[in-house]
Amino acid sequence: MSAATTNAAEKALVSLSLKDVHKSFGRTEIINGVSLDIADGERHAVIGPNGAGKSTLFNLVSGRFPVSSGRIELRGEDITNLEPHVINRKGLSRSFQITNIFPRMTVYENVRCAVLWSLGYKYSFWHRVGGLRDAAQRTEEIVELIGMQERRERLAGVLTYAEQRALEIGVTIATGADVILLDEPTAGMSHSETDEAVELIRKVTAGKTLIMVEHDMGVVFNLADRISVLVYGEVIATGTPAQIRGNKAVQEAYLGTEQD
Amino acid sequence: MTPVFHKTRLIFWSVVAIFFVMLPFGFSGGFALSMLSQMGIAIIFALSYNMLLGQTGLLSFGHAVYFGLGAFMTAHVINWVGEDRIWWPITFMPLVGGLTGMLFGLVLGFVTTRRAGTPFAMISLGIAEMVAASALMFTTFFGGEGGIATDRTAGGTMFGISYGPQIQVFYLIAGWCLVGMIGMFAVTQTPLGRMANAVRDNPERAKFVGYNPTRVRWLMMTLAGFFAGMAGALATINYEIVTAETLGLVASGNVVLMAFIGGIGHFWGPIVGAVFVTWLQSALSTYTQAWLLYFGLLFLIIILFSPGGMANLVTLHKPAWHARLMKRLLPSYALAAATGALMLTGFVAVIELLYSHGGSGDMVSLFGLRVDAGSAVTWVAAVGLFVVGIVLFRWALKYVRRAWEEITPQLQSSGVV
Repeated sequence: MSAATTNAAEKALVSLSLKDVHKSFGRTEIINGVSLDIADGERHAVIGPNGAGKSTLFNLVSGRFPVSSGRIELRGEDITNLEPHVINRKGLSRSFQITNIFPRMTVYENVRCAVLWSLGYKYSFWHRVGGLRDAAQRTEEIVELIGMQERRERLAGVLTYAEQRALEIGVTIATGADVILLDEPTAGMSHSETDEAVELIRKVTAGKTLIMVEHDMGVVFNLADRISVLVYGEVIATGTPAQIRGNKAVQEAYLGTEQD
Repeated sequence: MTPVFHKTRLIFWSVVAIFFVMLPFGFSGGFALSMLSQMGIAIIFALSYNMLLGQTGLLSFGHAVYFGLGAFMTAHVINWVGEDRIWWPITFMPLVGGLTGMLFGLVLGFVTTRRAGTPFAMISLGIAEMVAASALMFTTFFGGEGGIATDRTAGGTMFGISYGPQIQVFYLIAGWCLVGMIGMFAVTQTPLGRMANAVRDNPERAKFVGYNPTRVRWLMMTLAGFFAGMAGALATINYEIVTAETLGLVASGNVVLMAFIGGIGHFWGPIVGAVFVTWLQSALSTYTQAWLLYFGLLFLIIILFSPGGMANLVTLHKPAWHARLMKRLLPSYALAAATGALMLTGFVAVIELLYSHGGSGDMVSLFGLRVDAGSAVTWVAAVGLFVVGIVLFRWALKYVRRAWEEITPQLQSSGVV
């Protein structure tokens, strides 16, 4: 067995890889050389104090902002600075911290919009959307998965906050991507809503790679296989929840001050 | 989804088709027929415009460009047919106009759809201005001030149809109008049509579900160009002349008004708008020279009080209708209508008196009465009617509001809201 094949085998197991990624807005450096490998099927949480650059990191990975320097790879393929829709088609989907859905469409239509591309319908104006069996079936599955069968004909804009967050996750996974980025999925939720959201996330990301930004430490330690701590645009530690709990630098920089 | 779904739709379109066929029997006479023809053209044009505005969220101020270019191309092709240079039946001329509009939609849309919102509106205005200026510069194609004249009978007689009589032209327009309506409705039911709505509502999110908003807008623009060009071709056949005005800013503005007055949020809205505005333009203008003022005012009132247009008034009352609560609203509506009519009468009287310059002894015809525009009595009466009308109308509106407040709990409890 040569070194090259071992290398390739290892590479195949890496879903998402960031290599010395930098981002500055003007002279302000927000992301300051982040390198991170996330394994296939891993549930990875990115934590850090406000303004650490967590959302910016997501925006770079998902193509919303261009990077200043560095390289981002999805399953070994370079996706640095591609357009968001191109990255999405390659199998990376994200949710937003501030709910970002189609408010004037029903729950069902929201989800259906997200399944169309991956089923190959693209910009078709020769298919009748109501007659697409596969799209209907996948949409039904997702709507059921996020527990919104009763609400399927409701306009997304009139749903409750927690429902909108669930729909946001539904739209995110409906694209069929196997790398899922969730940006603060439980922000602004009550305790019971958070518990439900965690169960939902666990359910819908089964068998997929999950990367999430999260403030709720309960959620983080409950869900994540590994955790990265981002402080001032740098990853100061990456490891299992136990390793992160025991990490002195992390306690000083972050956990000690936030956890009560 | 189910075969029943197809059947109801088929029945619906058949009823529309039969309605079109019957129309000339109800409204015979040259004036009615030419107005119906204009309505058919306006319906296609307004619907094609709403593919941009209502469905994709693109406020275009230059949609007449595609209508006009389709019209000019058709005029040339008809003339070539007349000169025996090519062969193409007049019946299928709308395809010539359509493909022309589509081609320009493709080319110009590539530039305009890179941006949405206000930049798109401004670029569309710029392009409209540019094309309108070109129309006066490139006289070979556009014919300069005189435009391009054509003869719709150039194709000769085929199956007894020469397109000489207006009735034949009406049926041609009606047929293509039906094709256009079905076609444009069908587009709303496709993946592209749905993603156009998605891009309208949230272009950013559309990107993150794999769609390129620019591409969606561009394709919608191209399709809208096709239907606009089709309407343009029918206008050429109908009027037998195309001038630079056809693609000018006034024409572009007109279709914006039609779409808004009818309602952009609903597929049928622009149809209502096209019919209503065309009717106003031909009918109202025969009654009063001040019709443009009334037209402008109507537009203002609709934008202010029913931003969803006339179609929205229907949507608004649907829940009450289904809950069988309309009878609770009607008395207050009758009151509002009566007082509103009073207010309107006063207003129209004031405007018409002003329009007559008010010289002493000027006799003005008002609602069938001959009144002296110079006499103070007339003025006091008109202004008084207007003021009393306003007061009473506002009082009546209170009842309308109260009626709505009363039925709202019932609407909510019956679950239709």
